[in-house]
Amino acid sequence: MTMPDPVPPPALIYRTRLPVRLWHWTNALTVFVMLMSGLMIFNAHPRLYWGAYGANFDHAWLEIGSRGTTGYVTLLGVEIPTTGVLGYAMGTAEAFPPLITIPSHYDLATARLWHFAFAWVLVIGWVFFCIYMIFSNHLWNTLLLSHEEMRGTSLWRDIKAHARLRLPRGEAARHYNPLQKIAYLLVLFGFLPLMVLTGLAMSPAMDAAWPWLLVLFDGRQSARSLHFLGAGAFAAFIMVHLVMVVLAGPINELRSMITGWYRLPPERRVPEDRA
Amino acid sequence: MTGLVSRRNLLVGGGSLLLAGCDRVSSSPTVRETLSWGERASRSAQRWLIGDRQALASEFTRADLSPVFRVNGSTHVTAADYMRHAANGFADWTLAVDGLVAQPLSLSLGALRAAPSRTQITRHDCVEGWSAIAEWTGVPLGLLLRRAGLSTRARYIVFHCADSLAGKPYYESIDLVDAFHPQTILAYAMNRAPLPIGHGAPLRLRVERQLGYKHAKYVMRIEAVESLSGLHGGKGGFWEDAHDYQWYAGI
Repeated sequence: MTMPDPVPPPALIYRTRLPVRLWHWTNALTVFVMLMSGLMIFNAHPRLYWGAYGANFDHAWLEIGSRGTTGYVTLLGVEIPTTGVLGYAMGTAEAFPPLITIPSHYDLATARLWHFAFAWVLVIGWVFFCIYMIFSNHLWNTLLLSHEEMRGTSLWRDIKAHARLRLPRGEAARHYNPLQKIAYLLVLFGFLPLMVLTGLAMSPAMDAAWPWLLVLFDGRQSARSLHFLGAGAFAAFIMVHLVMVVLAGPINELRSMITGWYRLPPERRVPEDRA
Repeated sequence: MTGLVSRRNLLVGGGSLLLAGCDRVSSSPTVRETLSWGERASRSAQRWLIGDRQALASEFTRADLSPVFRVNGSTHVTAADYMRHAANGFADWTLAVDGLVAQPLSLSLGALRAAPSRTQITRHDCVEGWSAIAEWTGVPLGLLLRRAGLSTRARYIVFHCADSLAGKPYYESIDLVDAFHPQTILAYAMNRAPLPIGHGAPLRLRVERQLGYKHAKYVMRIEAVESLSGLHGGKGGFWEDAHDYQWYAGI
């Protein structure tokens, strides 16, 4: 009779350094305030346009509205009933319901106060984190993909592994996987600059000083649309992020993001990668 | 089997408590003061990024005009004096320019139309988020201030308006950099027609590079002052006083 292989106790490794954890938790708060106050600001005029101008009599590609106690979303000319979720919900005729806006009632001035204050937290945090990333080698060693990882076959393998929800284990879990790296790089150097610049493009004073903002985004109303789409994309990122945390083991992931210490998930007993 | 408290009720109830908490946080003076730090930072950063604030707002062509320029804020004025002027086409209406000036002025609409003018096709940006483009023609504000002999003590230009919102008179104010900016005009024409009542007849301020609520309509009197603290709520404008909108209105 053979005994089962002795399973070595999973190694506890120090994976998440303090600046990364600070950046993460500051943003966990900041992003929620930005998204929720942003939705309140959107409620002030829940219509989106493309081009330089756009107001009530112009064609909106997206509108969230209500008729009586019926809520609807009109997307590219197609009306979708959304009563109870958008347009009319919780007894309130607002585009986004009170549960997800800051403040919960219509108050544009206060929402702007929250939005612009936390915009600074986001931007200042980002600047410090960029400095940290460059000087600590976090960018080169942790985030940028290696030549090996950038190869098509390797990326394709990672995509398939994600699609089957097979997350890295053992030594491979010591580092971010390629798709994870791409997601973080896109947030840091794609999404955040896009949100800041589309935000600035909505400022008439900044438009005068930096007219290239309007050229870049094809007008102020297009910038407003992109700002909204960017926020939606980030909300989707948060959802995927949370799902991945749950799949990867929420306790272990949370400990790693709070204390820095991460228990390497043991290797799978059966070699599985025959794809 | 459902308990006395359903999950849904628990969620909604919990949500409401959370919301009430959040809203209490929002209305706390300490929190608002802390948050307004962000506003001050935005203003300073903008002033720093923009430099001397002389850049011109983008101007458009007639092909870019909004087909319909919506009316908002006050759409008409009910003050008896104003209605009398409106009834006879503002023929004996005059604009007062006073306060810290050497020579107070009283200018008829005819005199304003006869003065050198500037025409600009610009984008109007409401704090709510929408934008509309129109062509505006009017007298550069700087011209009037120079003619009135602005005192060196003057720091702000205040616009007193004929309209009221929620029973309070509308007013706005800008600093001297904005007042002397070439695109800051007192417009009497919109899209080559006399300014309609809905858009502030007979005269409205155009202070491009700022949000819509700064563009005072129904301007009756222009006053040069040293400080805004003695006027109405002291924050320099109707929306600033009533709802804490930002005076600098740059974003």
